This record gives sequence, C-alpha cells and structure tokens, in this order.
Amino acid sequence: MSNSIETGTAVIELRDIVKRFPGVVANDGVNLTVRKGSIHAIVGENGAGKSTLMKTLYGAHQPDEGTITVNGVVQQFKSPRDAIAAGIGMVFQHFMLADNLTVWENVVLGDEPGSALRLDIRGARKRINELAKQNGLEVDPDTLVVELGVGEKQRVEILKVLYRGAQILILDEPTAVLVPHEVDELFASLRALTAEGATAVFISHKLDEVLKFADAITVIRAGRTVGQVDDPSSITAHALAEMMVGSELPSPETRVSTVTTDVALSVHNLTTGPIELPTLADVSFDVHRGEILGIAGVEGNGQAELIGAIMGLSASTGRVELFGADISHSSTRARREGGIGYIPEDRQRDGLALPLPLWENAMLGHQTQKPYGNGRWIDKAGAQKQTDEIIAEYDVRTPGNSVPAFTLSGGNQQKLIVGREMVAHPTVLVASHPTRGVDVGAQAIIWDILRDARSQGLAVLLVSADLEELIGLSDRLLVMLRGAVVAELPPNEVTPAELGSYMTGVKSMVTSGASTATASATNDGTA
Amino acid sequence: MLRKLTGALTAPIIAGAVAIIASSIALVISGNSPVTAFREMWMTIDSTESVVVIINSAVPFYVAGVAVAIGFQMNLFNIGANGQYQLGALFAAAAGAAVSLPAPLHVAFVLLVAVVVAGLWAAIAGLLKVYRNVNEVISTIMLNYVAVGLSAFLVSEYFRNNDVKLVAETKKLPASAQLPALNRLLEVFGLNLGDGVVLQGFLPIAIVLGIGYYLLLYRARFGFELRLSGLNPAAATTAGVKPRAMILKTIVLSGCIAGLIGMSDLLADPQYHKYGDQFPKTLGFTGLALALLGRNHPGGIAAAAIVWATIERATQRLSLIGIPQEIGTILQGSFLLAAVIVYEVVRRRNNEQTAREASRAVHGPPPDPGLSSANAAGALP
Repeated sequence: MSNSIETGTAVIELRDIVKRFPGVVANDGVNLTVRKGSIHAIVGENGAGKSTLMKTLYGAHQPDEGTITVNGVVQQFKSPRDAIAAGIGMVFQHFMLADNLTVWENVVLGDEPGSALRLDIRGARKRINELAKQNGLEVDPDTLVVELGVGEKQRVEILKVLYRGAQILILDEPTAVLVPHEVDELFASLRALTAEGATAVFISHKLDEVLKFADAITVIRAGRTVGQVDDPSSITAHALAEMMVGSELPSPETRVSTVTTDVALSVHNLTTGPIELPTLADVSFDVHRGEILGIAGVEGNGQAELIGAIMGLSASTGRVELFGADISHSSTRARREGGIGYIPEDRQRDGLALPLPLWENAMLGHQTQKPYGNGRWIDKAGAQKQTDEIIAEYDVRTPGNSVPAFTLSGGNQQKLIVGREMVAHPTVLVASHPTRGVDVGAQAIIWDILRDARSQGLAVLLVSADLEELIGLSDRLLVMLRGAVVAELPPNEVTPAELGSYMTGVKSMVTSGASTATASATNDGTA
Repeated sequence: MLRKLTGALTAPIIAGAVAIIASSIALVISGNSPVTAFREMWMTIDSTESVVVIINSAVPFYVAGVAVAIGFQMNLFNIGANGQYQLGALFAAAAGAAVSLPAPLHVAFVLLVAVVVAGLWAAIAGLLKVYRNVNEVISTIMLNYVAVGLSAFLVSEYFRNNDVKLVAETKKLPASAQLPALNRLLEVFGLNLGDGVVLQGFLPIAIVLGIGYYLLLYRARFGFELRLSGLNPAAATTAGVKPRAMILKTIVLSGCIAGLIGMSDLLADPQYHKYGDQFPKTLGFTGLALALLGRNHPGGIAAAAIVWATIERATQRLSLIGIPQEIGTILQGSFLLAAVIVYEVVRRRNNEQTAREASRAVHGPPPDPGLSSANAAGALP
C-alpha cells in the first residue's frame, strides 16, 4: 500500500513477550514490530492470545517475560495510565461510555480541563471539535451519547483516546459491531489519523478487511507469532487463513457413518435481534439421530444466539422441533426434560455453581428428575450415588462428591458437566465449545464420549471454535457468518484453511468454485 | 465433623472478642469501668427465669431472621420485613378479634391472615422488581414507610377499639386466639418458673418454622433452585429456573414468613394480644442483622437471636448502676460488623484450604488460589 511503511521507524517493538495465566500460557514468545504511521492488523483464531497481547501493550497487565519498546524507549507499564502517558490508548470492543452524558462530557470524563473548581467547557468543546475535524471523526459534541448509533459511539471512543494525547491507537475488534459502510468510514478515519503521524493497531479475525485496510499484518497462533506480513498485497487470503489456523491438518478419521434419516432436532427460520441487524438471521437445519452437526464460525456470528434459541434461553422467532414436536414455546426446563442435553460454552458462568458440592452441581438442569429427586424433594443419597457414577465413569479427578466445584480443575469441571449430561441419556445434545480450555487428556476423553454417544444414536449439535475438533468430529459442517448459515461443507473434504476462509467471509457458497483471490466483503445475512 | 464445628465457631468467637473490646473502649471513653459493666451484664443471666425471658424475646427475633434469610439466600434484600410484619399483625389482630372460632382454628386463622397480608405486601416489591426492574432494597424501604403510615391510619380509623379512648389499638384477641404459656410443659421436665414468668407459647411454632426452612432450602427442589439462583443466576437459568418467577416467589415467601414475626407477641405475649402503639416496631430490621450473623442457617440464626436477646436483657440492668444502656447497642453493632468481616476472612481461608486439600487428594497440580477465592462466591450476600 503506501511506501512510507517500509521507511517508517518502529513505534512499538515487542520482543519475546511471554504472559502466563494459571494453567495457561496465553502468550508464549510474541514478537511485534509496528511502524510509525501504519495501520497494523493482528489476526488469529479465538484464544490465540491477541487480547492478552493487547492488554500487555496498554498496561492492563505486565508480561512475565520480554520487553516492550515504545519510540525506542523500553517501557514497563504498571497501569493503563502509564501506557497513555507513553502515547498508547485503547479503544475497547465494548464501549465504555456514559449514555446520559453528552459526547464532549464523555470525552473529557476523567481528564477534565480547567481547575478543580471550574470546568473549562468552552476549551474542551473547541479541542474536541478540532480533533474531530482533523481526523474525520464527525460527531456533534453536544449530542447525548444515548442517541448515537454504534459507529458514532465508536468515534467517541476514539476521540477519548486522542483527547488524552495518544499517538498509538489499539482497537480491539473494532469492526465486530459495525455494518459494512461503517467499517469503511472507520478505516477512512484511521487512514486520516495515520496520515498525521499516528499509528493504529487493530485486532481482527476478518481476513477480508485485514487485507483491504492494513499496511502490515501479524499472525498469532496458539500464543506465538507465526509471521509478520509487511506487504499485504504479497499474500493471498488463502495463505493468510492457512497461517492463522496452522497448516497441520487433522487427519479426518475414517469411520463408519451412523447418520440415520430420523430427524431429531429441527430448526426453521430461527431469527433473533433487531430487524435491521439480526444477530441470528433465518437459520434452518436438521440434526439426525446418530449425527454430529458441526457449526463453524468466528465467535460472535450468531452461534450463541442459535443455542439460546434452541435451549429456550432467549427470545426468538421461528420454530424448533424435537422429534417432530414443536417446542418453540416450551420453557428451558421442558426442553431439558424432553431430552435435550446441554453443555454450555462457559462452564463457570452457565454450567456450575462453584461453591456448591459436586453432587449438587451434578443435579444442575436435571434437578427435577430421577435419580436426583422426585420433582418436589431432592434425593440426596440418589444424587450422591449418581455423582459417584459420573466421577468414576467420566474420570473426574476429585477426592469425593461433596467437595465444592471450585476445587476442580477446568478439565475436571468440564468432565463433570459432560458426564452429568450423558448419564441423563439425552436424545439430542447441544454442545457449545465442549473442550474449550481443557487439557489435552480431558479433550480426548470428551471427544471419545461424543463419538460413542453419536454411534449409539445421539444427535449432536456441536458449536466450536476449534477447527480440528469440528472437522474431526462432525458428520456435516455448517458455517455461520453474521448470523446466517453461509455454507454447508463435507468435513472429510474441507481443510481448516478453507473452513477459515468461509468463516471470515473470504469465501462464500455463492462464489464457491471461484478462486480465493478476491477478498471483497460478503454481506450475506446483514441485509 | 469436629473440624467443621470448630470452623463454624471460630468466626463468632473472634467477632465476640472484637465486639467486647470495642464496647470496652466506648465504656472507658464515657468514664465507666468495662469490668463493672460486663460483670453486671453477666449477672443478669443467672436464673432460669432470666433464660426464659431471653427465649421469649429471641423467638420473634428468630422468625425475623428466618424471613430475611430466605431473601438473602438468593441475594434479595428484604428490608421491608418491618412493614410487612406490622401490616400483617394489624390485620391479623383486627380479624382475630372480629371472629369467633374454636381455639386451634382461631389461632390458625389469625396466623393465616398475618401471612397472607404480609405476603401480599411483599408481592408489591416483587412485582415492581420483576416487571419494572425496581431495586427491592429501595422499594421495600419505601414500602416500610407506607406500611407504618397505613397501619397507623387503619388502626385509628377502622380497626380501633372504641372502648379505649386514649390510645389507638385493636380489640384484644379472645382467649380462643391466644397461645397458652408453656410453663406446664416445663414442669414435666421438673422446671418450675417463678411467679409472673411464662415461657410463651409461640416457641414450638418458631421451631417448626426453623425445621421447615431447613427442609425447604436444603432438601426440596425449590430450595435448591432458590440457592442456585442466588449463587449463580446464569447457571440457574441454564438449568431451567425461570429467574423472574423465582424472584417473585422468594420475595413473597420472605414476606409471608415476615408475617409471622409479630405473631409471637400478638398470640403469646400476655402484654399484647392486640395491635397498637405499644406493639414492637423494629423487629424486621433486627432480622436483617440476625440473618447476617447466622449466615442464613437456621441453627446460626437461632444462636444469633439468643445472643441478641441476651445482650438486650443484660443491658437493661446497666442504667440502674449509672452506665448508659446504649452500650448494648454498641456491643450489638460492633459484633455484627466484626462478624461479617471475620466470616469473609474465614470463608476465604477455608476455601483455599479445601482447594489445596482436594488437589492434594487427587495428586494434581496445586490450584490457583486467586481463582478459588475470586470465583467461589460465598452464601453470604
């Protein structure tokens, strides 16, 4: 793109950044060089360590190893305040604005001009107007934030950062909430900013916009930088997707299909969210007995809404059928009693009550049914016996059934959840990221459990961000993008890279068969 | 088992010590001798009669603690128990005096009126929260004022006993609606109470209430779902609990039990048997303190109620020797504050220890202490 990139000096240099969290190494040797005046993209799968890296960069936490150099000076940020002092500002994905204040009030909040007794309103407004004009961030300083659209709110966030004197902007998935024309506007503003000498670093998993707008790209996989592309025109979306997901393809297992023609779970025209920008747009599919239907997609493209609609956890329009019976208006409890097992995406938030003992956690979602009770009273002995069985059969490592759930490691908590769903003999299993954040051993066990259950006739809806898991387990794969199903793929033919292209919108079913060269945004599902 | 008991007792003992030190300081500052004061207080609990008086006043405290604890179990703060029980007691007193029924039925009728009225009053706060997202703390505090005003109005305009000119109060309940004293029962065990001291008859109902509370919360599915909703609302929803229905049920249930708070005085205290200006007015607030002290556990609340009543009785003697009675309030307040803090500290330490032991037992890697303390939310609100 522009020539100045190669000549620009490095404003940010990260060398061998390592950041460990208990039990996880989120960043394991990340290197990053961002040149002055460039728009730098950081891409990677969910959980690759992008957000951890960004937090390191703006001082939300300190790296365990490695150095941060900003404008040639080695820095140790103890807090975001230190980072902003060094000229680094963060624009969050989830806006942090006070709705009932005006734009200018939000911008100066926490950094008010004037003295302790007097707020320099006129000066503030003038400065904000200047900043807005210079950078093409058009927004009226006197409007209440509550009246702004998403794109304008984002501009206010950017203004906030600029107002504090940031020369380096970090944007965490800035386009996740934007519609296509807002994306164009955002990058036009960023381009104006960088022309003035500022620098922008943004996180994304959308390869189309990365290729279209970035001057340089750093790819992160499993906590490490796997490559830096200084000239995006030299790389194809296909090659980038391959870098992102890794080229080591899991060998799709040769196995006997157990898929039957009995439809177990069927959804028709499921839709959620506002009409203008539905979070789930007209999704229909069937899951058969003995089949694992995989749902691939970058997180936030409607998977959570889909599961919420199937489980009756959130309002939706459309129809959900369980073995032909319409359960669209049934309660979550009725759906679970009707035979739908559910492994939630976030086990600690949705799947467990951590202070309660394991035997009470084992009842969760099944508390109305035997052997946990008779619907009215809890059968403690029965529940404990059942828990012991889960512990033994699903290899939950614990000293007993009465220790609180917080004593278990993540993998063992997950095995408990998978176990409690499986011992209830569901006819349909909705599994959302069933092996997220669990160690390799637990992962293999959970995969085996799902495979076995499938061959015994269970219908499984599998939502996952782990492409290897999706390709390895699924009998059929659907790809979701912006709330809609955009592709159906045979898992034994698709490669992770190809899957990645569909997930990020680089490739779509509409243009399938064509080459991957065109990286134009596909707007399916946003209409 | 023994370890569990010592663990449960550590916190209250430390809190008690802190409270005694704090009130001693207050005594010294006010120019009194802590030794004299505490000796005098100790001497008040020297007789069976004294213990009976303490139990009598602990009973309504206990009921109040249980009523509030039900809400606490799912992080609902029913500050409104105070208004709920006063309205309940007023309507129960008026209705009880207006009908004539055979003895057991009459008592049951009065109880039913109190429970229904208090439950309906609590339902206002519940409906506001569920349908209008009004914080129950605010709404119940406001409704307390409304309840106080409303009951004063009703008792002077509609339910007034016109035979009494000077004060506004309801008619006295007939004998068939009074709960007999339990002195006879004590005599069976060889305890003869002195003249004028009675063990009031509401105690068995309070005990049944405590057992019922335990069974409902820890043995019934409803109670499991209630506790689950308090500990992790998202997980409860995922497990098929309807959050709004649960909130409404819990607030109404808390209100229904709050209706019983005034019943000990109304039905069993010979001093009352009617609702009027003299009727206790702050039992609901005491219930908040007791639920906190007793950690929402029926046994804990009982212990807290007895300690509370003991302090109240013991401080009554202080003014006789020229020491301000308010020292009792300081004792209660510092005890409560210290207990809440110490409970939290002890809970975190226990959690860490449990996590370590569990991990050692399975020979896994040591768990992350930050995780266990940050996520293992306690039962206390």
